[in-house]
Amino acid sequence: MTTTTRTPPKRTAERTARTGSAGRRSRREPQGAAWVFLSPWVLGAVVLTLLPMAVSLYLSFTDYNMFDAPQWIGLRNYTQMFTEDARYWRSVVSTLTYVVIAVPLQLGLALAVALALKSIRRGRGFYRSAFYAPSLLGASMSIALVWRAIFNDGGTVDDLLSRAGLDIGGWVNRPGWALLAVALLTVWQFGAPMVIFLAGLQQIPSELYEAAAVDGAGRWRQFVSITVPMLSPVIFFNLVLQTIQAFQVFTPAFAVSGGKGGPADSTLFYTLYLYDRGFTASHMGYASAMAWVLLVAIGIVTALLFRSSRGWVFYANEEER
Amino acid sequence: MTAETRQGEAPAAPAAPAGRRKPVPWGRVALHAACVAALLVMLYPLAWLVATSFKPADEVIASLRLLPSRLEWSNYSTAMDGVGDVSLTRLLGNSLLVSGGAVLGNVLSCSLAAYAFARLRFRMRRPLFAFMIATIMLPHHAVLIPQYIVFNQLGMVNTYWPLILPKFLATEAFFVFLIVQFMRGLPKELEEAARIDGCGPFRTFARIILPLVRPALITTAIFTFIWTWNDFFTQLIYLFEPEKYTLTLALRTFVDASSTSAFGPMFAMSVFALLPIVLFFLAFQRFLVEGMANSGIKG
Repeated sequence: MTTTTRTPPKRTAERTARTGSAGRRSRREPQGAAWVFLSPWVLGAVVLTLLPMAVSLYLSFTDYNMFDAPQWIGLRNYTQMFTEDARYWRSVVSTLTYVVIAVPLQLGLALAVALALKSIRRGRGFYRSAFYAPSLLGASMSIALVWRAIFNDGGTVDDLLSRAGLDIGGWVNRPGWALLAVALLTVWQFGAPMVIFLAGLQQIPSELYEAAAVDGAGRWRQFVSITVPMLSPVIFFNLVLQTIQAFQVFTPAFAVSGGKGGPADSTLFYTLYLYDRGFTASHMGYASAMAWVLLVAIGIVTALLFRSSRGWVFYANEEER
Repeated sequence: MTAETRQGEAPAAPAAPAGRRKPVPWGRVALHAACVAALLVMLYPLAWLVATSFKPADEVIASLRLLPSRLEWSNYSTAMDGVGDVSLTRLLGNSLLVSGGAVLGNVLSCSLAAYAFARLRFRMRRPLFAFMIATIMLPHHAVLIPQYIVFNQLGMVNTYWPLILPKFLATEAFFVFLIVQFMRGLPKELEEAARIDGCGPFRTFARIILPLVRPALITTAIFTFIWTWNDFFTQLIYLFEPEKYTLTLALRTFVDASSTSAFGPMFAMSVFALLPIVLFFLAFQRFLVEGMANSGIKG
């Protein structure tokens, strides 16, 4: 995947070098067989992805409430969204704040733990699994409810902090702090990127470190000059993936805020507001417009990340491709 | 332990600044201590969940001690009653039905598509593969509303079809990609031999490929199960009759309730909701961790 993100996937598809038989093209099966294998996927891609995308683009220019036929209103949804809807902007600000806080914290912690685990021999497998576990549990409603209770008035965090003299009260009820609580739930799930980091670290040839040590490079020097550049494709992969996911987070904000995105819309994430507009208020046209803006925004952010990657992502075996 | 000295760039172990020459076990001890401490902090919410599920109502808020003074088993019997008129067994069964259907669909459809992408030749293979990869990154919301409208037209809202049917159409491209990666790692000789022996693509797939990619299929199955089991958003949109509720949706009804009186039963129910995931994790952690690790590396 790390290379897929960089090189056009068509070239990735071509590389079957692992078996060393890349040039063998003796298969003579009729294409029909391939299409039979592909048919469920093709059906899904057309009926559940492409057509719905087109339809939702159309609906975004209409007023539609699920019962009456859609009314074409041109750019009205978009102008209303951008110029009149204060809640919309609050949801944008909440989401961006959350992404900017949660993703770097999560990836930073993931990298730190991966580096620590790399130098541990005994028990590495155990630690790896144990740190990974929250990634599987964290998306659940159960954990979101636990989170709300722990960060609520009189919950564990409130108790610990007030004993330390910091009387914040329940984070859940305070704008800003509620968002931070949701972000911490994301950070708690650092295990998935950590496992990917660790796998990447283990692929760095040890000769590089040995050579650097011979040349008198210290640990920090080795980290900066070997680990970071060699790991940069994996860092990039994690960054893109976690950013895209963070834009779409829903359950924790829903649970922590009691489904309302409060307090003061501080956890009214984009997806929460989209749900509210589309499924609670039945403004399907408006929600479709929101979905398309989200799609374009994620596309732009991803494109920017890819563009920045030319400056800092290093591909060791570039010449092979 | 040359491995430690050459790989030693762990910032978590600043405890060993004194020379890398001599073997310093203290650095490693400190590292272990840091890891254990971090683990304890991380696992606290889980311990809290289990402890609270056993707490009597008056202790949930009044006492900040983690452990309950006595085990309040009645929380669990209350949880067994479920939500409203729907029993916990019913909720569990519903969740199992949805997750099981999703697993079946994903394993079948994703392995079929993956075989075509990994091994078969057909026109437009490259652009279609690129498109498939792109859909991994596609936010679900872009297709959500039209999908809902379609399922609504088909009268499938408030049934499990919208949750299961898409899985049979390989919409979760992440798993197609995962299996493609695994298939590419297989030697081609077996298939070549099968072909020479007159084995068509379908029999090759069923008899040779499927058994060989079993690890990838297991990874797909477990991830699908856990993700579907945890899924909240789709179920929230499509299911509204309490009879049809999954465990996740039932827990949701507690979200609106702000009183802490229902804490014990609510978290007892949460324990039930997490138990299958924990068991799956314990049984298949290798597949899960390896599957996640490979998603980022191979390619």
